[in-house]
Amino acid sequence: MIRFLLRRLAISVLVALSVSIVAFALLRMSGDLAQELAGERATAEQVEAVRVANGLDRPLPVQYLDWAQRALRGDLGVSLFSGEPAASLIAARLPVTATLALTSMALALALAVPLGVIAATRPNSWIDRVSLMLAVFGQAIPNFWFGLILMLVFGVYLRWTPISGSDTLAHFVLPSVTLGLSAMPAIMRMTRSGMIDALDADYVRTARAKGLLMPAVLVRHALRNAVLPVVSITAVQLGALLGGSVVVESVFALNGIGQLAYQSIQRLDFPVVQAIVLMVSFIYIVLTFLSDIANARLDPRIRLA
Amino acid sequence: MTMPLLEVEGLRVTIDGPAGTLRAVDGVGFSVGRGETLCLVGESGCGKSLTALAAMRLLPRAARMTADRLAFDGLDLTSLPERALADLRGRRMAMIFQDPMTALNPVHTVGDQLVEVFDRHRLGSRAEGRDRAVRLLERTGVRPAAERMGQYPHQLSGGLRQRVMIAMALMGDPELLIADEPTTALDVTIQAQILRLLRELQREFALGLLLITHNLGIVARVADRVAVMYAGRVVETGTPSEVLGDPRHPYTRGLLSCLPGAGRGPRGSRLGAIPGVVPSLVGPVDGCLFRNRCGEAEADCATTAAEAPRTLAPGRIVRCLKAGVTA
Amino acid sequence: MSAASDPFAPLDVDRLAPRTLMVRRALRHPGFLVGTGIVLLVALAALFAPWISPHDPDAQALGRRLIPPVWDAAGRWEHPLGTDHLGRDYLSRLIHGTRVSLIVGLFAAVVSGTIGTVLGLLGGYFGGRVDAVVMYLVTTRLSLPSLMVALALVAAIGGSLTTVVLVLGFLLWDRFAIVVRSAVQQIRSADYVAAAVAAGASPLQVIAREVLPNVASAIIVVATLEMALAILAEAALSFLGLGVRPPTPSWGLMVAEGRQFMFFKPYLIALPGAAIFLLVVAVNLMGDGLRDITAPEGRH
Repeated sequence: MIRFLLRRLAISVLVALSVSIVAFALLRMSGDLAQELAGERATAEQVEAVRVANGLDRPLPVQYLDWAQRALRGDLGVSLFSGEPAASLIAARLPVTATLALTSMALALALAVPLGVIAATRPNSWIDRVSLMLAVFGQAIPNFWFGLILMLVFGVYLRWTPISGSDTLAHFVLPSVTLGLSAMPAIMRMTRSGMIDALDADYVRTARAKGLLMPAVLVRHALRNAVLPVVSITAVQLGALLGGSVVVESVFALNGIGQLAYQSIQRLDFPVVQAIVLMVSFIYIVLTFLSDIANARLDPRIRLA
Repeated sequence: MTMPLLEVEGLRVTIDGPAGTLRAVDGVGFSVGRGETLCLVGESGCGKSLTALAAMRLLPRAARMTADRLAFDGLDLTSLPERALADLRGRRMAMIFQDPMTALNPVHTVGDQLVEVFDRHRLGSRAEGRDRAVRLLERTGVRPAAERMGQYPHQLSGGLRQRVMIAMALMGDPELLIADEPTTALDVTIQAQILRLLRELQREFALGLLLITHNLGIVARVADRVAVMYAGRVVETGTPSEVLGDPRHPYTRGLLSCLPGAGRGPRGSRLGAIPGVVPSLVGPVDGCLFRNRCGEAEADCATTAAEAPRTLAPGRIVRCLKAGVTA
Repeated sequence: MSAASDPFAPLDVDRLAPRTLMVRRALRHPGFLVGTGIVLLVALAALFAPWISPHDPDAQALGRRLIPPVWDAAGRWEHPLGTDHLGRDYLSRLIHGTRVSLIVGLFAAVVSGTIGTVLGLLGGYFGGRVDAVVMYLVTTRLSLPSLMVALALVAAIGGSLTTVVLVLGFLLWDRFAIVVRSAVQQIRSADYVAAAVAAGASPLQVIAREVLPNVASAIIVVATLEMALAILAEAALSFLGLGVRPPTPSWGLMVAEGRQFMFFKPYLIALPGAAIFLLVVAVNLMGDGLRDITAPEGRH
């Protein structure tokens, strides 16, 4: 297991490195940073002075290393718009997005796993068809539109929920439903196909030949095996939720990092955009690494290899 | 005469497919007495594994089953509710399978999988379950047993895994053991060991043993009685000396001629050296199904009467027009 | 005894060509038929948009703002689906919106399909270090939040149809690479490929003649599913104001424009959103259907 995890860790570090290069490139692509820093009315000499003062006249690799070193120390640059450090801007918004992502994922799992299991035990039954339809639905519905429709129906017509803001947990209900529905289909399909494979496996037949009753066969033997890929896809989807929060946060005016990213992109405040991209990628990398650890814990074939 | 442990009469298993209904098992009948070993022999695809699964009521969902009689110790298995069937499985009737590499659950330890049977059928405390598991592993040759208890299937060789399967089948102290090609997936040297183990355990535990195999060579060594299956039907039954020494069905003779040491056929070759192919079992069929591969077939073989069972002596049944004629 | 019931006769199925079988399976697949039917209708609408639209989609009429659709009491047949806040005919804008969705979906799938297929072929065919590099690229790509990066790129470059197509094309290739790679890995060990290699064919020849034709169906299936993703992504970008430029009628943009009036004119967001949903469902049904038809054994 140690070898497996070390290998995974090495890959994660390498991927983090290449992601940081992409994030760095994104900032450079956005235009002349010196011009942005100096302001629109700066003279050519002033711009050059800013360029030299910020080290922007050095070769790109040197600039990258310099930037990466600072990023490792937690210095993710400064907002062009407000002058605040990007790291503290993100830190202030992170709790909202984390709440949103976790509640969405909880909803998605609560729906996807039982549906996937039931659908797999009764292929082509009505419940299988309904859950597949739900998956097609969740995959195809534009989440900005679904959010607006939910807002209209439950917030405006029925007045059950608040329609925007992030003051109470009730504010998170509609955004979580919106985002949860987008994460549900992949998890549902993975659970269903994993369970179908597991139920087809010889060891499930053995379990039944031992006289085990259905709940034990389903949970202890089939699901216990089918859950391995579900853990991985849940980590992937959780990462995707963070990225997808841009749309949902802007629809529901949630003041999280998605909203921050959107505002910063609109203001062409690229140091902040770069910091957010970097951070969301890192969280994704950490999540997939954690799911590797979880899989190793759950699967003796990896743990004892 | 005492009641047989397992009685099968007129067993039919059909599988609906895109091309039509496949009649995989078509009117199979046999019985296994207490402490008796019956070998069910035939080529792969002849329906012998489905017959075994039907006896456990563990057929896959796609298969449908009917039987004139399917009874375990007088209990009608066709009408027993699923819960009562589950109470029998693992406790009074146990089964081991062909492929030990996939039959054990990869994520649970050997010990847990053994003790699970004990727990499920409430046979005693957990400690007693572990004791019994260790003893059975020891007996089946999975040593050192205490250490193996904590290991996972992927840490064991194929032969050891099949020994674990056998130990697991004995956890409930069953009266009937169904073994579906238990040695086919194993190395030749290990095949003999497992077979010897099964025969010893059968005597030790006074098991009724339904041993399913494609290997007639096994039959002489273990069977009390033999049933030869072809294309979903039992074509010949008898004692090993009757069936092997005086085969009355051309198919049985064909199988015998494929055995190493029986003249033709390379050493160690499996069955299937009989020319021709098994007919399609989709849709209704008439007459003897072996006639396209049979050197002695004649026009009458296509009639319904051709495949009617002929009883030569008690327990000696042959489905061939020429069954009376000695080869 | 008829030939069909003769158990000793060879099976009928053997006589059918694989292509005939595939057509037969397609005609019996309701999801595929419905999905393909809708996609074809949308494609026709896109092709003939100028001729079938009742009005110029960009023509503003300040006197005719926010007319509701005909099923509303205040609706008029002149504008069957009403007008937007600038008095533009909603039906005409919806019809022209098919063009943006289909163009983005199609060309983004072509761009991402090309990148992903090349990477997948390389990784699957050569294995070893090449494969490690390909998988590393895929992992890196998956680690980047694609919608955020797409938004940032469009903002940096400037929104246009071409930008959107290219940005999405460069961001959505991962699934192509993964699917093609594993398909090639399977084919790589097949006898006919080994034979071609043994006969001295160069890797490029083997890939072009033996491998590519055999992964084509997998590529087409992924392409339809990626097309659906690209259509959704374009809608989201345009909704956030960083997709195609107004006044180009894009369904995502129409939802964004209708948003400020949605509380009293809900049709402004309901109609274009439903259009996106319907098209994406149809493309997905088509893709799922194609998968069932070309690889019936891998149904789940």
